[in-house]
Amino acid sequence: MTPWSTLLALAGDATGSWLAQLKNLATHPWVVNLVAMAVILGANAAFFAVITLLERKGLGRIQNRPGPNRAGPFGILQPAADGIKMITKEDIVPERADQLVHFLAPLVMLAPITLALAVLPYGPQLVAVNLDAGVLFFFAIGTAGELAAFMAGWSSRNKYSLLGAMRAIAQMISFELPLVLSTLVVIMMTGSMSLVEIVAGQGSAAWGLPGWNIFTPWGLAGFLIFLTAAAAESNRSPFDLPEGESEIIGGFMTEYSGFKYAVFFMAEYFGMFAVSGLGITLFLGGWHAPFPFLEWVPGIFWYVAKLVALVFGFIWIRGTLPRLRADQLMNFSWKFLMPLALLNFATAILWHATAGWQFPGAWLCRWLVCFGIVAGAFTGLGRAMLRRRQVGPRIYRYAS
Amino acid sequence: MQLAFTIIALLILAGATAAVALRNLVHCVLCLAVAFVGVAALFLLLGAEFVGLAQIMVYVGAVAILMVFALLLTRNADLPATGPLVSKSWLTGVSIAALVFGCLAIGILASGVGQAAPPSPQLSVRQIGEELMRNYVLPLEVLGVLLTVSMIGAVVIAMTDPKPD
Amino acid sequence: MPGFGIIKGLKETARNFFGSYHDPGRFVTIQYPEEKREHHENYRSFPFLVYDGDPVKGLRCVSCKICEKECPPQCIYIVPEQDGSGKLLKFPRIFDIDVSVCMGCQICVEVCPFDSIKMDQEFEVSTADRFGGLILNRSKLAKSNEYYHQIRPAEATAVDAQLAAERERQQAKAAAAKSPAPAAAATREKKP
Repeated sequence: MTPWSTLLALAGDATGSWLAQLKNLATHPWVVNLVAMAVILGANAAFFAVITLLERKGLGRIQNRPGPNRAGPFGILQPAADGIKMITKEDIVPERADQLVHFLAPLVMLAPITLALAVLPYGPQLVAVNLDAGVLFFFAIGTAGELAAFMAGWSSRNKYSLLGAMRAIAQMISFELPLVLSTLVVIMMTGSMSLVEIVAGQGSAAWGLPGWNIFTPWGLAGFLIFLTAAAAESNRSPFDLPEGESEIIGGFMTEYSGFKYAVFFMAEYFGMFAVSGLGITLFLGGWHAPFPFLEWVPGIFWYVAKLVALVFGFIWIRGTLPRLRADQLMNFSWKFLMPLALLNFATAILWHATAGWQFPGAWLCRWLVCFGIVAGAFTGLGRAMLRRRQVGPRIYRYAS
Repeated sequence: MQLAFTIIALLILAGATAAVALRNLVHCVLCLAVAFVGVAALFLLLGAEFVGLAQIMVYVGAVAILMVFALLLTRNADLPATGPLVSKSWLTGVSIAALVFGCLAIGILASGVGQAAPPSPQLSVRQIGEELMRNYVLPLEVLGVLLTVSMIGAVVIAMTDPKPD
Repeated sequence: MPGFGIIKGLKETARNFFGSYHDPGRFVTIQYPEEKREHHENYRSFPFLVYDGDPVKGLRCVSCKICEKECPPQCIYIVPEQDGSGKLLKFPRIFDIDVSVCMGCQICVEVCPFDSIKMDQEFEVSTADRFGGLILNRSKLAKSNEYYHQIRPAEATAVDAQLAAERERQQAKAAAAKSPAPAAAATREKKP
């Protein structure tokens, strides 16, 4: 044995024991959880930074402007500049504000949304928490946002804040129903509330086609309802009434500045990522590749690609549609989305009941029948909602 | 387990006490929401995932928001109350509370809590759903009808609108 | 079918989005510090004083103070030059314009009988010193006639022609006054 190999062996021994200790440490549940938290938070924060830039660029291009292009080449340092600005700005709290509630509101807004990000399956093995009632957890956690909006609006002692909070709560409650009803269809058809199992159920593909839920009539309608309601839930345009800056300044965020405002902003974008992630998981096959021969690409890639596509869809819609009026918003939710979601539910039941059809072309027949029902409901409800109401002189009940 | 239970129990007690003792109504509602979250955490600690999440969804998401709306829509709700904190008929309240507590304590003690706890059943959402849809389908439907009726009643009451003549 | 309007709108915005990448003509934005918008000749910002030749002695201003009196926001301040005996000279010792108050109404230009104050096209006058930096004094206001020609060629040419005509008329008058001058002087001497 040469001295050299002895040295090597010794070193190997030493590192071996070190490695063993390191391995023990690395598999400790606390460490695992901390790492998962750090990765989820860090990845989403980085994505948030990228998306704010892409959103401003995209909106600019939609309006024939170049968008931010000053900070760094093509403006890629814009998020950093924004961050520095937000952190160094003065944090102003109104004198008569309820100090404690005013301070807590952004935290109550952000914390539950980061919790919701933990249950989403990002890849075959990339699930931080696999809850048996994952979908329920998602919605249960989401309700804290309403309370946070109220806390922010009420504690600011500002009429615009309070009006914004009232609008936000009314909107979130109204659109939660279609949101839940559209996800219920998927839960019913999969037979599970676990997000992991829902994704697993969408992997099987017939004739090399993806088995995603969106390629069924109820899935398509459910996805569209879900997307609309999700835009409203995360206060995205055209449903951005709670912070309609031309009407009520900044809504419940009016009296927030500096980093607290940044936290609200972050919560809004995290909410968009979370709800898009849920949409991907429920309807777009989660981390599954579109075609079986592409399954060798890591699942996280497909997840992120779908997330970017959905978020870009939100940006596109924001650049296209004007803001709704409050009564249009309520009509849209209660008279259009709600009945449509219920009818979609019935369609899913029909789809399930006709699963036993055996004659040739049964699948196509089922598809067409179910799609016809959903499309007919869509047309009828839309016509009914858009029918011009008789416009007459306004009658004031109390003023005259 | 013991430590987590202690922390959650203290949180619930503090939230409930503050909900009764604070003078600002909005603060009371927020403290009540904290107590609700604590109860949900207790359910989660016991492994009752579905019940805990439903607790958050119904109590924090609906009941607390309902109270908040009621507060916002009533006049002068955010002015701190000026009356005495303890009402004159406190003796009645305390005796009723003691009676309820006694009944509950007797019921719990009679259920054999002191003995070794049986292993907690692993209840999945699927089992709960099957129980609800097979054994308890009639109560579920009756409750659904009851809630619908009450909602229609509320709408009818709210819509009462004397025709201007 | 309802909902198709949204698709039409989405198509339009998509066309804008992709079009802005390959068709630079779509851009309405001007990248300001690098490229600047072309001004109309009549574009105006703040007043300046025109001089011919020497920047101090050549000022056309005679400190008649008409502009100071007419200025609606009262942003002009003039002190005429005095000679040793306290007699006012036709020349401003101090001529200040507070551009933080000036509203660019051009009334000073319209009332000036000597075409000595004109509107500038310089708009990058921002400063970190909000008290001193926005008060333009005589030396900062004085700009040459060539500069005037440069920013407003048509107007400056017209003004020059008018001034030349005025000067000729003055000279003709002076020449006419010169020949009968002794007689007039004689009559005036006789009168008292």
